[in-house]
Amino acid sequence: MIHELIGVLIAIFGACIICAVRAVLGPTAPDRVVAIDAIAALMTTSLVLLGIYYNASIYLDVALVYAFLTFIGTLAIAKYLEGKEVGT
Amino acid sequence: MIALVAYVLLGIGSACALIGAMGIVRFPDVYNRIHANTVVVVGGAILTMMGAGILGGLNIFTIKAIVIAVFLFLTNPVSAHAIARAAHRSKVKLWRRSVVDKLEEEKS
Repeated sequence: MIHELIGVLIAIFGACIICAVRAVLGPTAPDRVVAIDAIAALMTTSLVLLGIYYNASIYLDVALVYAFLTFIGTLAIAKYLEGKEVGT
Repeated sequence: MIALVAYVLLGIGSACALIGAMGIVRFPDVYNRIHANTVVVVGGAILTMMGAGILGGLNIFTIKAIVIAVFLFLTNPVSAHAIARAAHRSKVKLWRRSVVDKLEEEKS
């Protein structure tokens, strides 16, 4: 257990809360997408930190899948905002 | 020495995450906020993952953390470009003090 990682985790959760302000306020849809993309990247980081802190490998697998699904979701929302069918 | 490098990476990563989050809240425009999003992902997430991987010692966790960091580093420009193009196509206005819009000139 590396206890310094807890401080980094607190900083990352603070950054998540600050980003959530923009995700709630954001005037247009792309603003919210940008803020939620940042929150997802920070959550992936926090999963990696938790995996190294608890010395458990399952957190890193979850983090990899989460990063992949976030990327797919962002591309799908971008296609939707552009007004095209997904898959063309 | 290795631990010092890891602590420096963790400190810079936490600072970048907080500064980029403040940028996402404070910037006036979607296109400026995408810039702050890149600071959060590349500066905050990837540097913090590298620092934690170095601090954990060289084992399977470090390899997996590097794989996730490389994946984020490769996919963040793609998603940022997709969001920016979608925002421009759906006619999100630029900030009133932005000076140039080459894509609009290109289309007209």
